[in-house]
Amino acid sequence: MTQPYRVAVYIVPRRGILDPQGKAIADALHALGFGGVGEVHAGRHLVLDVTAASADDASAQVTAMCRKLLANPVTEDFEIASVGTAR
Amino acid sequence: MKVGVVTFPGSNCDDDAVAAVAAVGAVPVRLWHKAHDLQGADAIVLPGGFSYGDYLRAGAIARFAPIMREVIAFAERGGPVIGICNGFQILCEAQLLPGALLRNDSLQFRSETVALRVETTATRFTARYAPGQVLRIPIAHGDGRYTADAGTLAALEGDGRVVFRYVRPDGTRDDAAATPNGAMHAIAGIVNTAGNVLGMMPHPERALDAALGSADGLPLFEGLFATVSA
Repeated sequence: MTQPYRVAVYIVPRRGILDPQGKAIADALHALGFGGVGEVHAGRHLVLDVTAASADDASAQVTAMCRKLLANPVTEDFEIASVGTAR
Repeated sequence: MKVGVVTFPGSNCDDDAVAAVAAVGAVPVRLWHKAHDLQGADAIVLPGGFSYGDYLRAGAIARFAPIMREVIAFAERGGPVIGICNGFQILCEAQLLPGALLRNDSLQFRSETVALRVETTATRFTARYAPGQVLRIPIAHGDGRYTADAGTLAALEGDGRVVFRYVRPDGTRDDAAATPNGAMHAIAGIVNTAGNVLGMMPHPERALDAALGSADGLPLFEGLFATVSA
């Protein structure tokens, strides 16, 4: 039996690689008085509806998608943020 | 000599690439991204632009276009391939070249003429330049910051595969000031280990006529006629 799942994944610049967008955001926050902000990293949050046999299967499918297309293996890391049923 | 120029949805330098190919006496062949046939082309140019809107990452979706299966097979057989700007990004995404091209460190889109130094003449693409020659070539990109891990950079430098580097107009290095995008090692263009695949951010196809600013791009396209690759 397969059913629809909703999988969320975070894709972020790898730590140590210059992230000028994150730095610009951090600078803006500092300028607004949010002095407690350290480093900021700007990435992507994707939400995918996937038909799968189980939550593990849905997660595995999205992991494969990240490796092939959604994340750049040279510069980005990804993390499955959540797997739920899609309705 | 037939040179295929691929058009993806969002390519915008394909006409210029066709003009460059014709300017050196080769026969341009237009190839559509959905095609499965290189039409007997002896060399391929992946032109600049914003293929598929640069959605996800520049070149990430174009890399899986139907024509790219043929282009990758052609490159792996040793066929000459030039990727310019978005074409360079596509070649990196396709893993025909190592590394990646990230957002310019300035976060600005940079459109200007830069000084490039020819770092090796031992490639078919640069055989017609003098070693260390400084070229004036336009750039126009927002995602040109060449990035690779330390091992890849060492291999590129050690093998002489850094082909073009951003320098001062007098040819000396000043990576912080002369690099328009924050590229590691001021890298503007590289070749693969076999030497048949070139990727570069600057636009040699926009430097074909001294009356329009520079003719420094012509020898690169003339190099497509070279019978021996490095």
